[in-house]
Amino acid sequence: MVNRQSLLHQEARLAFWMLAPTFIVVMAFVVFPVIWNLWLSLKPVSLGALRGTSLFEFNLSLVNFHKVFGDPDFVPILLTTLFYTVGGSILSIILGLTAALLVHGEFPGRGLCRGLFIAPYIAPVVAVTFTWSFILDPQLGVLNWLAVNTGLLTQPIPFLSQRWMELDITGMRVRLPLALTSVILFEGWRYFPFAFLFILARLQSIPDELYHAASVDGASPFQRFYNITLPQLATVLSTLFLFRFIWTINKFDDIFLLTRGHAGTKVITIKIYDYAFGEFNIGAGSAVAMVLFAILLLFLFIYFRWIVKEMR
Amino acid sequence: MSREHLETNIIRILRILGIIFFIIIVAFPFYWMIVSSFKSLEELLMRPANLWLDIRKINFNAYYEVLFEHGFSRYIANSTYVSIITVALSVTLATVGGYAVTRLRFRGQAFMSYSILIIYMFPAIVLVIPLYVVFSHMALRDSIHVLILVYLAQTLPVALYMLRSYFQTLPVEIEYAGLIDGCSRMGVIWRIIIPLSAPALASVALYTFMIAWNEFLFAFMFLDTPEKFTLSRGVVQLAGSVHLSKQLVMAASVMVTVPILVLFLFFERYLVRGLTSGAMKG
Repeated sequence: MVNRQSLLHQEARLAFWMLAPTFIVVMAFVVFPVIWNLWLSLKPVSLGALRGTSLFEFNLSLVNFHKVFGDPDFVPILLTTLFYTVGGSILSIILGLTAALLVHGEFPGRGLCRGLFIAPYIAPVVAVTFTWSFILDPQLGVLNWLAVNTGLLTQPIPFLSQRWMELDITGMRVRLPLALTSVILFEGWRYFPFAFLFILARLQSIPDELYHAASVDGASPFQRFYNITLPQLATVLSTLFLFRFIWTINKFDDIFLLTRGHAGTKVITIKIYDYAFGEFNIGAGSAVAMVLFAILLLFLFIYFRWIVKEMR
Repeated sequence: MSREHLETNIIRILRILGIIFFIIIVAFPFYWMIVSSFKSLEELLMRPANLWLDIRKINFNAYYEVLFEHGFSRYIANSTYVSIITVALSVTLATVGGYAVTRLRFRGQAFMSYSILIIYMFPAIVLVIPLYVVFSHMALRDSIHVLILVYLAQTLPVALYMLRSYFQTLPVEIEYAGLIDGCSRMGVIWRIIIPLSAPALASVALYTFMIAWNEFLFAFMFLDTPEKFTLSRGVVQLAGSVHLSKQLVMAASVMVTVPILVLFLFFERYLVRGLTSGAMKG
């Protein structure tokens, strides 16, 4: 008995040492920063004070939150963030679903297609954003030049630098948030492979018997898709939405590199950067970061309360 | 024609059109990146709508300039160093940690194995402010090694989680033989677990390499000295300093993209497994 106790003790000690490096790194670079962020959000800190001792003074206040909530941009930024996050998530899932349905089944070059479709996701973000900016550029970009040369457009469209575009759709005048739409389209292009991989894996695990049985019962291909494939994909689609929503709302690089948050694309992560490193107001930046955190928690709460319950 | 036939034919046509559509939208940016990098500035300015590359006019000047005049030979070395060290540390620590979480009994085991995934929730932009403040305060910010530690923190939890899922599928019995023969736990990991886990380790290594190689935000915020720049940081610097010379930015983009795409081409199977089993933060 004593022997067993000491063995267990030994095992726990060993586990402690085996996990200590991971634990320390994650504590120091993930958990601690989040707590430190809360501390900073409650202090009037500017970037100039970084080398002083005032960082550790106990002079907490809500002044940063007053500034953040009082900013006339605050509500528009939340709306832009919502539009971008929901739009980008849904578009990437729809494109991923479409691509998965196309590639599912046998045809020559299938493996090649599958490999190619993942490329946008694994290519470095700087390379793909600069390439798209170049393609879409109103002065130098190939897309605008092609469209103008072929008569498709009368003048180039500044896809990433114009806030609104007036559209005339059969007499109806519509104002399209141009740069924001471009950024969402980019988001769909870059992240559809993620949905594609998961949906393809799920499609391949749907038993053939289901389709055979439905065929025998006289269901047409579209009916089979609607009545078998879609319900079988429901779980993976909603999980994908959860992941994409979280990662898109957290996303900073893509918009920063495409538009720097100009022309109506200022989302909450860009605002954090603007406060902290544009206005050198670290406290306000941290306060917005806390707001982002709160939104994430709220989303998770609603998601698990509602959608998961709904699905059971 | 029956409904079955009609729909089957419609689907066949739609599928062909759809695949062509996807191939174009996916491949075109990469094609354009490469083609533009081989053109001269005059060519880009005079004929911006020319989709083709004239073989006789292929021009390597952009690569030469970027490599030797804009410091990219240095950035390539830096990026390689950062990525390889991150992979080595991440795979080692995740193997040892993943083994402990799977096989050893200790208090807090369940907590450890689930809490590692919470990192998924933490946006990089939220972590960057406090880390920036702390490292500026300690005058440690502008360092490649601090950057490696940050990357390690970003990749370790996912790497550990992926390896844990894999180790759980290995039968415990094979370890007993080793333990009875007097192997230590480390000996068991080295002689039994690692050889059996080669595919999973490859997935984790590729995943970690990709994160470290592609990372932009921390490299952008932390590194000030051009000698320390990673490739991503270097491309942003270059894009900000040249206005019209897009062929330079495209050549730089090709340099940062090609290594990762080539790796992917050779190890697609492992990378896809890495992407789907651990999922990926991005």
